[in-house]
Amino acid sequence: MTGHDAVSGTGGTPVETTTGEVVLRLTDVVKTFPGVRALDGVQLEVRAGEVHCLLGQNGAGKSTLIKVLAGVHRPDSGHVEWLGERVAFANPQAAMRAGIATIYQELDLVADLSVAENAFLGHEPRRFGFIRRGHMAGRTRQILDRLGHAEMPPNRMVRALPAAGKQVVSMARALSHEARLIIMDEPSAVLAHDEVENLFRIIRELTAQGIAVIYISHRLEEIREIGDRVTVLKDGRTTAANLPARETPTSDLVSRMTGRDIEYVFPDRPAETVVGDELLQVDGLTRTGEFADVSLTVRAGEIVGIAGLVGSGRSELLETIYGARAAETGSVRMAGRALRPGSVGAAVKAGMGMAPEERKSQALLLGEPIYRNVTLATFARYARFGFTNMGRERAEADRIAESLEMRPRDVRRAVRTLSGGNQQKVVVGRWLLGDTKLLLLDEPTRGVDVGARAELYQVIRQLAAQGVGVLLVSSEVPEVLGLADRVLVMREGRVVRTAPADELDEPTVLDLVIAGSLMEGAAA
Amino acid sequence: MTDSPPTTKLPAQSPPVDPAETEAAGHATPTATAGPSGGLSWWHGDGGEGAKRNLALIGVLLALFVIGAATRWDLYANPDWVWANMLSILKLASVVGVVTVGMTFVIIGGGIDLSVGAIVALAGVWCTTVATQSFGAGGMIFTAIIVGVAVGLVNGTLIAYGRLVPFIATLAMLVAARGLAAEISQKQTQISQNSTINGIASTDLLGIPLLVYILAAVVAAGWVLLNRTTFGRRTVAVGGNPEAARLAGINVKLHTLLLYALSGLCCGIAAIMLTAQATSAQAAMANLYELDAIAAVIIGGTLLSGGRGTIVGSLLGVIIFATITNLFAINGLSTEAQNMVKGGIIVAAVLIQQIQFGSLSQFFRRNRLTTS
Ligand SMILES: Nc1ncnc2c1ncn2[C@@H]1O[C@H](COP(=O)(O)OP(=O)(O)OP(=O)(O)O)[C@@H](O)[C@H]1O
Ligand SMILES: [Mg+2]
Repeated sequence: MTGHDAVSGTGGTPVETTTGEVVLRLTDVVKTFPGVRALDGVQLEVRAGEVHCLLGQNGAGKSTLIKVLAGVHRPDSGHVEWLGERVAFANPQAAMRAGIATIYQELDLVADLSVAENAFLGHEPRRFGFIRRGHMAGRTRQILDRLGHAEMPPNRMVRALPAAGKQVVSMARALSHEARLIIMDEPSAVLAHDEVENLFRIIRELTAQGIAVIYISHRLEEIREIGDRVTVLKDGRTTAANLPARETPTSDLVSRMTGRDIEYVFPDRPAETVVGDELLQVDGLTRTGEFADVSLTVRAGEIVGIAGLVGSGRSELLETIYGARAAETGSVRMAGRALRPGSVGAAVKAGMGMAPEERKSQALLLGEPIYRNVTLATFARYARFGFTNMGRERAEADRIAESLEMRPRDVRRAVRTLSGGNQQKVVVGRWLLGDTKLLLLDEPTRGVDVGARAELYQVIRQLAAQGVGVLLVSSEVPEVLGLADRVLVMREGRVVRTAPADELDEPTVLDLVIAGSLMEGAAA
Repeated sequence: MTDSPPTTKLPAQSPPVDPAETEAAGHATPTATAGPSGGLSWWHGDGGEGAKRNLALIGVLLALFVIGAATRWDLYANPDWVWANMLSILKLASVVGVVTVGMTFVIIGGGIDLSVGAIVALAGVWCTTVATQSFGAGGMIFTAIIVGVAVGLVNGTLIAYGRLVPFIATLAMLVAARGLAAEISQKQTQISQNSTINGIASTDLLGIPLLVYILAAVVAAGWVLLNRTTFGRRTVAVGGNPEAARLAGINVKLHTLLLYALSGLCCGIAAIMLTAQATSAQAAMANLYELDAIAAVIIGGTLLSGGRGTIVGSLLGVIIFATITNLFAINGLSTEAQNMVKGGIIVAAVLIQQIQFGSLSQFFRRNRLTTS
């Protein structure tokens, strides 16, 4: 089978299919950054052929831990045992050569190289110093095939791929090594529902060959489905190790993660939703190849959810409403007044705010402090005669940081040093300031932990109660159903169903999203 | 939980997480960089990077002073000479310094302006035509500034709305503006007859040249503009992540336009200063100022890719260059050797910048590409 290509390479050790033998053991690992103790004595034990899940709140140290394993960071103290030997990887190549491949939370692809070049970056097959392009393309094709994406051309530029496609490429990169341990840091955060199934199938194949997988996710249901054992981190410490993934009660996991009990539920719907006047009116909006003839309305105080696969045109629709893309036909009105197409300025002036899908490329100034990122859309409002009021900005950002449980709480730190989930809170937090009338949220909870998620839902509900309209896009159907008052289902650029949230359930929406309308009865 | 895991520690403290506890868990360990990770974690450093860099630049200046004293102790032994020499260095730095302030804004905003020298020449020539001189000092200053801003607006329009790459647009402007300057002056040196203008370069206030005051004023205004105003904040945002700035409702195009206009304004001011110094203007004046200004900005620690930089750093960069020129002059050494030293300093500065500010992914990429 094609899979052997990846595991039995040149000098690769023979693959044992025994489950149970410990391949990796971390003892008392400590890693500090200036002012932060990211890892404060971590224990971890991973066996061959298992899926070992890491759980922990945003900023608990999961990504730091895997970067220690991958040779990106060197631990300050403690030790790492890999295949029975103490190791200290000097750099990522050393870890890869030793058989540890990593898919990072923040994708690390070169946009202007092809899929194949990215997959084999740094270990291109060579002969006499020349890259064997044909051979490389062939092996890439095999790997893509195995990933269930035979349709992706190996010579396509990565820049041209959608988010999910990029995730596939970084997975291909991990599989291109002869790895005995594959680490995946929130791989499902950017994947659509069916892609996640695909991912799980691959993980099962890998573990069947005796490859160990470390899997990080904030979605407990995924951990139940794919995980074997769970290690929980809190504030850089292991609070529980090797719990059975399926049997451990959720409340137990959550309390070990957070040190308290959180009901992971959506805030109650207010008894009677007081929806006000029509706030947003979209009529016949079209952009060829992205979406066609979309009409929708959002009333003041109403939460409207859009469900659909990645690539169904949801994000493009949101960006077009916001003026970040110009519509070909159709109109966008705010409170009855038509907005100039393709002008974000006009949309913002009319009271719109948008938290975009890709936090790093579309939303954050990584080198700037948290507070300046939070006030990026509002700093001019606090200014007097053009002079910024940094004290006020910090105070406002503090308030947001408080309500979203941002960690660390010090808003003067550079956003770059935040964990992924905390960066996401900065992106959403930006629009909770000021007098936003209509909030466009694209995957607002991507990478956000269970507890903070509940806070975020609460905040969104509160805003709606104050008369803010919300248009929400999410790949997580329960999120759309639990939070929205009304749901639009999109497929291939068209709205295929609009209904109040309580008339829909998850299977119905999934059917609509994936296969076809219920009327066609086409659930595959 | 069914089986009790071997390495389980007790569930964490039972009271709910409150900020205080998080604080305690992260128990601030500012000395954390010590230890084996020292080599890796210093490039993670945040905050105060600019300040640290500027201290390093001041260290370089002190070192240059020591070299000067060691090589020409006969001169340096005289405090009066040292003071006078320092003032002459600052005076030497003043014109490029003003241009550099504008350049710093453009580069932080994610662009580059290769036409600054040409704009200075065009503004200088235009304000010294017979016709302009007939309006007196006020007319000359007004003309220089208007010409500078106008050329900057053309640059900005081409780049922001015409979508030309800044490098290309301003390179074209460099050629065109010098051409226009040669056309206007008919390749002649135009003498400035205006004693007020000429006096700008020869006047001292309280023993310090007026040109140095102008530099100080422009630098101070630039610092305030960058660090304390919404204009400065937008500049950082537009240069750091234009897409994020746009989606936050900032008018990126308009702001880009204004940045080049600001650079043009600085060039206009510099044109007056340089004309006053030479008591004349010609199409070839301010030759290669673009290189001096860009080099100073880079040495000052401003990221060439935009999004981060300091005015003070740029000023120190200009002063370091002027000091090196001065050092070579008092030692009677050739300009060739001097240029080699300057080139070496630029390379060193860029290398330091790459290591210090290189993002994580660049770091990976480089490593993978070089060690495989
Ligand atoms: N380069 C860095 N410099 C300073 N602090 C850092 C750096 N990287 C991470 N940290 C800090 O270390 C802590 C752990 O971060 P880490 O990214 O490991 O969290 P995480 O568990 O992966 O969270 P998430 O679920 O949000 O991805 C956080 O407090 C973070 O702010
Ligand atoms: Mg993480």
